[in-house]
Amino acid sequence: MKNIITVKNLTKSFKSGDTELTVLRELELVVPEGQFLAITGRSGSGKSTMLYQLGLLDHPNSGEILINEVDVTKLSAEERTKFRLNELGYVFQDYALIPELTALENVVIPLLMQGYNLAESKEKSQKALERVGLVGKMDNVPSKLSGGEQQRVSIARAIAHDPHIIFADEPTANLDTETSRIVLDTFLSLHKQGQTIIMVTHEPEYAELTDRIVKLSDGKIVSDIKK
Amino acid sequence: MSVSNNLNTDGRGLKNLFVSLKLGFFLAFRQIKRSSIGTTALIIFVMTLTFLNLVVVRGILVGLIQSSIDVYKERYIGDVFISTLPTKTYIENSPSIIEIVKNLPWTESYTGRYLTAGRIEGTYKERINYTDKVNEATPQFAGIDPVMENKMTHLSSRVIDGAYLNENDTEYIMIGANLLKKYLPIESPGLKTLANVDVGSRVRITVNGNVKEVTIKGVVKSKVGELDQRVFMLDSTLRTLMGRTDYNLNEIAIRIKPGADPIVVRDALIKSGASDTAKVQTYDEALPKFVKDMRDTFALLGDMLGSIGLVVASITIFIVIYINAITRRKFIGIMKGIGIDAVAIEFSYILQSVFYAVMGVLIGFVILYAFLIPYFIAHPINFPFSDGILVAELVGTIWRGSLLIVATIFAGYIPARIVVKQNTLDAILGR
Repeated sequence: MKNIITVKNLTKSFKSGDTELTVLRELELVVPEGQFLAITGRSGSGKSTMLYQLGLLDHPNSGEILINEVDVTKLSAEERTKFRLNELGYVFQDYALIPELTALENVVIPLLMQGYNLAESKEKSQKALERVGLVGKMDNVPSKLSGGEQQRVSIARAIAHDPHIIFADEPTANLDTETSRIVLDTFLSLHKQGQTIIMVTHEPEYAELTDRIVKLSDGKIVSDIKK
Repeated sequence: MSVSNNLNTDGRGLKNLFVSLKLGFFLAFRQIKRSSIGTTALIIFVMTLTFLNLVVVRGILVGLIQSSIDVYKERYIGDVFISTLPTKTYIENSPSIIEIVKNLPWTESYTGRYLTAGRIEGTYKERINYTDKVNEATPQFAGIDPVMENKMTHLSSRVIDGAYLNENDTEYIMIGANLLKKYLPIESPGLKTLANVDVGSRVRITVNGNVKEVTIKGVVKSKVGELDQRVFMLDSTLRTLMGRTDYNLNEIAIRIKPGADPIVVRDALIKSGASDTAKVQTYDEALPKFVKDMRDTFALLGDMLGSIGLVVASITIFIVIYINAITRRKFIGIMKGIGIDAVAIEFSYILQSVFYAVMGVLIGFVILYAFLIPYFIAHPINFPFSDGILVAELVGTIWRGSLLIVATIFAGYIPARIVVKQNTLDAILGR
């Protein structure tokens, strides 16, 4: 199986006043296509920062990130946006839905941006929402949906355009146990279909459900357990 | 879709631009549709006020002087005005000119006036000593045909006290309000007013050395300075006092039919030879220079205020859109995060701004033309020298509304651009 992500010598630091705070230190990581990877660690360990670098939402200070053999650290801002649109999907901790748009419209917008017409976009979005079990609530705005339903809309938005990788940043952090389980089941179902997923979580029991657990501490990988 | 294919499309093709604009429209339409009605109404209300500020302030300023011009035209000089040549004391061959005027196809009505200087004295019976100050004024006396004058200028509607002259009032006069202390309580070396004189008072008039006692029948207040300082009497009475045996007039004011061009009428009169013995002018040419200067000054002031109003409007829109964009910073970040490009996001904000501006301008148009202008026509502002109206020519208003919309496009784009340019992750995380 080919490697979909290759991280070489990745370092990220932030300036805080006069001091420089290094959050990620010379990370090395290889992720094969189709893997469900959990990144764990305590608060401040650098797990979300790592996800943002891999997901092109932030730019590292040094190192290389190869996604499908493209060094994404060398892309311009416009190319990074286009890359995120076409290759990646995101699931945020707080769902990150646009409040004025219905569940269906939230899923439709990246597809419209990809150049699909409205009818095609709606058709693909409906399929994605069906996959996450939200058939009857497509026309509801986020405020009319429960937290779990909003998160499933977020997942539907992430998968509707068939991305190569889904990045999920603590997708169950704001959900109760039962709803978290539904969201995890959705991820597992997607994974079974061959989807590459990288998920940040601080819940060991959810991490246990994945193929591989990478644990970070002080910006370094301290354990890498493959099942 | 392969990565390399995606990255091959370097630069923005027309198709990509079209896709971004379409998505921008999609986002703008839904955001407007589902945003809070209260917020939308407030923004549109601000836009309406901004538009009205742009149009009404200037409109009142221009209306102030425009109504003064209208009053001058309606109540005094008409559309075309024939007056005495500077070198003459009256219009020679006036009867011939009147015949020409009467036969012009554009003439609706006209009136001729005899004018002369004279003296008017009030309360002269109460003056005991010759050393007492004489209660007098030195106005211009106008001899008129009351019927013709009223048909042309509706002078009877300007009588604020007493009554209008009739054809048999040989022993009566009407007096301009500015000649009575009661209406103009100021003392000035160049302007004497009569004290304790009102309708019904007996006054003594002296014209060309001839003295006559008459009764004041009415007081005229027209808001035209020249008229409000005149004494009006029957033309036959004044001619007798002047010792005039001919029918040569000093002024002929002509009202032309609606749609007729004053320039065409003037040229026709000149062509007929009227200009050989008289000055023939359109109302615009006959306006006193100070009125023209005031008109130009007020128009300039109006344009300056309008420009300031436009800048204020742009800043207002900028603030409104900027606050709107700032409060939605997180969602702009999310959209960028999931791959929506800057053009689509910026275009959606421009469209929202244009929507607010167009709605504000449209409502402003309705308020302006359906309520404000009719209201000002029915209830003009009572300025001393005019009845203040609101002037808002349709073309000018459309032009100002368009300017406001163009300003809105920039004012909507810039804040959206500022927010879109911010770091995507910072926007998402609210840092």
